[in-house]
Amino acid sequence: MSFPWAKEYTPQNGFTKFLDERLPLPRLVYNAVGAGYPVPRNLSYFWNFGVLAGFCLVLQIVTGVVLAMHYAADAGVAFASVEHIMRDVNWGWLMRYAHANGASFFFLVIYIHIFRGFFYASYKPPREMIWLIGVVIFLLMMATAFMGYVLPWGQMSFWGAQVITGLFEAIPLVGESIKVWLLGGYAPDNAALNRFFSLHYLLPFVIAGCVILHIWALHIPGSSNPTGVEVKQESDTLPFHPYYTAKDGFGLGVFLLIYFAFVFFLPNVLGHPDNYIEANPLSTPAHIVPEWYFYPFYAILRAFTFDFILPAKLWGVLAMFAAILVWFFLPWLDKGPVRSGHYRPLFRKFFWFGLIPCMAVLFVCGGAPAEEPYVMISQIATAYYFLHFLVILPIVSSIERPDPLPYSITEAVLGSDKKAVLGENAEPAGA
Amino acid sequence: MATTTGNPETSEAGTEEGVRRRDFIEIAAVSAAGIGGLAMVYPLVSQMSPSADVLAASTTELDISELQVGQAVKASFRKQPVFVRRLTQGEIDEANAVATDSLRDPESLEDRTQPGHEDVLVVMGVCTHLGCVPLGAATGENKGEYNGYFCPCHGSHYDTAARIRKGPAPTNLVVPDYTFTSDTTIVIG
Repeated sequence: MSFPWAKEYTPQNGFTKFLDERLPLPRLVYNAVGAGYPVPRNLSYFWNFGVLAGFCLVLQIVTGVVLAMHYAADAGVAFASVEHIMRDVNWGWLMRYAHANGASFFFLVIYIHIFRGFFYASYKPPREMIWLIGVVIFLLMMATAFMGYVLPWGQMSFWGAQVITGLFEAIPLVGESIKVWLLGGYAPDNAALNRFFSLHYLLPFVIAGCVILHIWALHIPGSSNPTGVEVKQESDTLPFHPYYTAKDGFGLGVFLLIYFAFVFFLPNVLGHPDNYIEANPLSTPAHIVPEWYFYPFYAILRAFTFDFILPAKLWGVLAMFAAILVWFFLPWLDKGPVRSGHYRPLFRKFFWFGLIPCMAVLFVCGGAPAEEPYVMISQIATAYYFLHFLVILPIVSSIERPDPLPYSITEAVLGSDKKAVLGENAEPAGA
Repeated sequence: MATTTGNPETSEAGTEEGVRRRDFIEIAAVSAAGIGGLAMVYPLVSQMSPSADVLAASTTELDISELQVGQAVKASFRKQPVFVRRLTQGEIDEANAVATDSLRDPESLEDRTQPGHEDVLVVMGVCTHLGCVPLGAATGENKGEYNGYFCPCHGSHYDTAARIRKGPAPTNLVVPDYTFTSDTTIVIG
């Protein structure tokens, strides 16, 4: 992979030479996130979010492993063990708040990462595989987050488990058996809690594996960039280290400031007070909603209130899953020859004034009670959502006349490619 | 910090003694990240130490009014067994008959009991070799060759003052911190 001008790793001493000949791990790192990975020189801060997502995954695994040392996955004591973590375990409050808010920030980061992909059409050839693996990672994240939310065994945990596994009841004929099989009972109880804990511990490592594939696939064509013009020459790129380690480091610093502001000062703002009430199978909270990051999809689920050939419940479930599955087909639904939204006037308008407001409306409706006018609004927004991906995007990308593209990244940055003399007046980097 | 760029300002941005502003920023940023990272390690390590509820359960109160001469009871202190034995005169004599200097871990019975209560021997029921519970506290158990406690795991023999006499254990059975709050009540821990 990579470009011909990528700097080659040269072991500096006997030890790294020894390693390089046997297990070239330093070489791998050098070529992945070191000076050996040439990256387009014009990446904006929207390109920070991949690294931030990776950081969030590590953060969740580290704090999660710690929490698992103190948590007990038994319906009788799970709730108490979480309070034990909060009150008795040294720094337990920090670990739990870091983990709970870490989940929210992981999703925030991943949503920006995904919508960056929408706007810059990062899913287009030759990067389809990166995109497909990314959607798989997102689905795994949703499953992991859902099961993690069940573990504290509060009211929202319990009824969340009840409602989400209830989705499977919508499947004709075998639905109810599947739900009972998933839960290991007729309602969420010890069996469900234990398997959710087991899978909640397992899936992050599956995600980590998919992330490795995601990055591997990324490093074949190299990173995309805000112009969408492919790298042509050495002057279009900079070595990842030190340029993007520094830029990502700065972005990480900003991220951490906001994240810890929540962890330390607003730790419960993103959660639901009802989850501090122990699970009670005989009483449902009046207003039951998922965590904020599921709101848009929850709104789509609830938008179907009428039977049409199939029962309304089944439509809701199908639509909710289809809302994400449709992302798998994006590389083929978007037929435009140009990638970046900066050079696609019509595409850009539908992004900013179509998709983004639609997601915002779905977000608000997903968190609102299931009553009018929210039901009707979410029906309209759901209709637009599918219209956008399945109709508007293919048509717009076929008929649109894109703006002229710059000849190269260098021209986009410097105004003219002839001034692209980075290689001339630079000292050898990484010296 | 061998950062080089194509930026021509870099070379002339040097101030006195060749220190560049960029060097300062780099060192400051990397130091802040390093200190922040280390600061995060502390809670990650500390969380494994005993939690507040474990520490809160670290004293044991014991009523020994029913303890007869020659009898021993097992109590629990920090989830570990404690042996409390009211020694017979024979056992006291046996312990005092040994020259302290000749012992692996020289301590007299007097060192290991409290003034006025020389007949009450309180020791942790945890062999100092590798932590098994020695036999000898309950009636009929093997008391070893020195008539005290015997650890079945690797054959350590303790005498009537619970001092190591034979076998691999390095020290005498540990006497925990305890006080008599009355003539018949002891508080361990």
